[in-house]
Amino acid sequence: MSLSPLPLAGCAVAAALLSAFASLATGRWPALMRYLCLPLLGLSGIAATAAGLGALISGHAQLGSLPVGLPWQAWQVALDRLSGVFLLLIGIVVVAVSVYAPAYVREYEHGEDSLPMLGLFTGFFIAAMLLVVLSADAFMFMVCWELMSLSSYFLVAFQHGNAANRRASFLYLLMAHIGGLAILLGYALLASHGGLSFESMRGASLDGGMATAAFALAFLGFGMKAGLVPVHAWLPEAHPVAPSHVSALMSGVMLKVAVYGFVRFCFDLLGDVQTRWGVVVLLVGALSALMGVLHALMQQDLKRMLAYSSVENIGIIFIGLGLAMLFAGSGAPTLAALALVAALYHSLNHAMFKGLLFLGAGSVIHATRQHSMEHMGGLLRRMPWTGLFVLIGCLGLASLPPLNGFVSEWLTFQAALQSWSLHNGLLRSLIPITAAMLALTGALAAAAFVRAYGIGFLGLARSRSARKARETSLGMRAGLGLLASMCVLLGVMPTTVIQLLDGIPRQLFGSGLTHAGERGWLWLTPISPAVASYAPLLVAIGLGLAWWLTTLLLRRSDIREVARGDAWDCGFGTRDARTQYTATAFAQPFSRVFGMLFHIDAGLRREEDSTAPRYLIQVGDRLWGWLYEPIQRLVLNGGRLASHLQSGHLRHYLGWTLATLLLLLWMIS
Amino acid sequence: MSDNTHAIGWLLALLQLPLLLLAAPLLVGWIKWLKSRLQNRRGPDPLQPWRDLRKLFAKQPMVATTASPVFRAAPYIVFVATLAAFAVVPLLAVGLPSAAIADVIVLVGLLGLARFFLALAGMDIGTAFGGMGGSREMLVSALAEPAMLMAVFTLAMSAHSTNLSSVIAFNLDTGLALRPSYLFAMLGLVLVAIAETGRIPVDNPATHLELTMIHEAMILEYAGRHLALMEWAAQLKLMLYGVLIVNLFLPWGLAENPTPAALLGSLALLTLKLMALGAGVAVAETTLAKMRLFRAPQFLNLAFLLTLLGLLSNVILETSL
Repeated sequence: MSLSPLPLAGCAVAAALLSAFASLATGRWPALMRYLCLPLLGLSGIAATAAGLGALISGHAQLGSLPVGLPWQAWQVALDRLSGVFLLLIGIVVVAVSVYAPAYVREYEHGEDSLPMLGLFTGFFIAAMLLVVLSADAFMFMVCWELMSLSSYFLVAFQHGNAANRRASFLYLLMAHIGGLAILLGYALLASHGGLSFESMRGASLDGGMATAAFALAFLGFGMKAGLVPVHAWLPEAHPVAPSHVSALMSGVMLKVAVYGFVRFCFDLLGDVQTRWGVVVLLVGALSALMGVLHALMQQDLKRMLAYSSVENIGIIFIGLGLAMLFAGSGAPTLAALALVAALYHSLNHAMFKGLLFLGAGSVIHATRQHSMEHMGGLLRRMPWTGLFVLIGCLGLASLPPLNGFVSEWLTFQAALQSWSLHNGLLRSLIPITAAMLALTGALAAAAFVRAYGIGFLGLARSRSARKARETSLGMRAGLGLLASMCVLLGVMPTTVIQLLDGIPRQLFGSGLTHAGERGWLWLTPISPAVASYAPLLVAIGLGLAWWLTTLLLRRSDIREVARGDAWDCGFGTRDARTQYTATAFAQPFSRVFGMLFHIDAGLRREEDSTAPRYLIQVGDRLWGWLYEPIQRLVLNGGRLASHLQSGHLRHYLGWTLATLLLLLWMIS
Repeated sequence: MSDNTHAIGWLLALLQLPLLLLAAPLLVGWIKWLKSRLQNRRGPDPLQPWRDLRKLFAKQPMVATTASPVFRAAPYIVFVATLAAFAVVPLLAVGLPSAAIADVIVLVGLLGLARFFLALAGMDIGTAFGGMGGSREMLVSALAEPAMLMAVFTLAMSAHSTNLSSVIAFNLDTGLALRPSYLFAMLGLVLVAIAETGRIPVDNPATHLELTMIHEAMILEYAGRHLALMEWAAQLKLMLYGVLIVNLFLPWGLAENPTPAALLGSLALLTLKLMALGAGVAVAETTLAKMRLFRAPQFLNLAFLLTLLGLLSNVILETSL
């Protein structure tokens, strides 16, 4: 008997829910978390991976309905290729997290933080993400979306003893709800012509203005969840404060669920994408990528830096989506397919390496109890396996060949380079400029990860705890290893992956990448072999062979041994941990060159209790001053005005009620 | 293409590599010699870089006690990645079957891989110089990379391909057409090449003054064969940019069919072109002074603006549908 994908996906949801309820008992028996709840999550992940793969390979959309929902309409579920990719992505990261987490959550077993709450909301969170991807009507989508937002809010607020964490979680809750409202209104516009089910929304055709309004609402709502600039403010606050395996889920997976929502809404349900939407998405994506990476370069907190890097990568994904919209709107479905595949590929890649790096950051924090890079250093020699896997993640994120990040960036560049075929001269010159921004982003990302790895893992230990750090347990390393091997695999086997993804543009635009595998699985030729080709496996083998030959040729018996001694350091000889370059020093030239984009607060501070003044540099986000604080002031002033209504006299309140009633009567008459 | 020419093509692609490895130190030697002459010094023999490499390979390498595995692996990775990047550039002939393995974006990526490990190696020992070099190198490259990609995109948009071999073949076929976009792209690429290979006015390859180094600061701690690999990689990178510039913008003489006569002619012409380019570098380095580090962004912004102008003029003036 073979399991078909949709029931398998149902099993995944059930396992996640079961894990959630089982963890209620961990208050009494903490070990249950390790032996039952997390393995159940692992099962859920395996089932989701299998279901996603099955949906991608079979290619048939499977429909079903659940025995819950509105009285006149049961909840509908569907599993097509688009859902399949995201199920796959969720599944792989969940498996890695479930392998990693048992050792990681041990420290919570005896802490003050509530283990049952952690397990309950993690289970709900994963189940909700799976259900969002599976849902086929707007009602179910919104319920699951809210469940996802709320359960992740509780996870962000997990260590609520810290005031900064409470502030971060409140900001997250607020922005998640504003975004949720925008999505709800977007669905309302779509549903006004038919029913709540996705099937009827596909059939409904909105006129131009309404369609643009629906697009704008969806872009705001999903963009807020995905963390696009300028509505990204919650992301660098909320992601770092959750437990690291939850951060991996939030950054690696939840942001992708928002990408899924946007693709589903705009390309599938709304249909008929317009070129000007593409322009907006493209520009916002490019802005997010650049601002995200610049802020990532300035951070000292490792997890905060990774969170800003997520903003950057979401930007890259939206550059791809914007290009897809542009090309689809200009009547070039093959190129739209290329850009969409690039965006989906990058979603997959980002889930892998960002999951890997958040888990890696968790390992480092677990081993050193330090959150700031400035207090790490020299960890590669203390934790060789963690160091190796994190290095693979950094290389992937810096989009260097032959790893996975490079493939999706290469595909995005290829799509952008096809802009010569557009008829609009403005677009023809706009797209290459965004490609230049993408190139700048890629180079800055490399700088950011050289900085993070060089300061965190290389050099001399910068604190006592870093000097005493110990390699983590096998389970934690295995979780990292799984994601690292996925990074390598996605990097060297792109043609196979693209053939799996190819069905999605066929489904949405009616046109796929027919030439992608023309020369076999080894050669990636997205448009045609004459335009561009890339054989990552051959590049990797070539690099390996050349390395082997070099070492072979240099193997001279008399000088094989390497002498060990003190570092030369230009003869200064005063080298210690404090004379090393710091993360702040590394970033200084960048903050000077790109200074106008940051809010830099630097100067001497004399603290109350110490006599020595300290030079402090704080790099902030200018958007707080430009966007958020004016809105905040507006809301406060509005509230103050409204408070005049509250006179404290009952007769005034009755008067207001009467006035409202009259107004309503007048409106409906 | 018959199987026979296919095999010859692969063979030729493989034979290019030793040629590159031998020629790269010579280019540096040539520039050094010429520069000395221009400065009224006798200067080292152009073959001196070869001798230096030989000497370094024969010495026992010294590694700091606090070095991590990254430090020892980095010279190999930097060397191999630079060589692999060079293998992407058509040297003497176009249309070789190996050209399909990687395109110009992969070339930029491979150079990025080499740079990533170079900067990491600089930071590994924990000296202030290493970190400083790494930080500055990443800054310069971050600003240079967009300009580099813009320049090659200009050519790629004309040729409708990112494959370097196809781009050069396209330039050969269309003949000598004076395109404004090419001129801008070439100027931009020259500026990028100066910055990326650490030449004056961005970096000075001859200095060991602490506060002016970029590239040298990262390899201060290397000795023996490790240093030799790093130096060789730097020489390869210089030659890579040289070959890229002359073959992209002045491709005449490149063999379109791999016959011995055509290849020899192509080799002779390429040598002449590279010698002329090297002479240009020597003259420029004799007459210019090194800039302050924070002037470098302006220099690279100029490169970016030039390449952007090139791209826009390509899109607006030259694209015919």
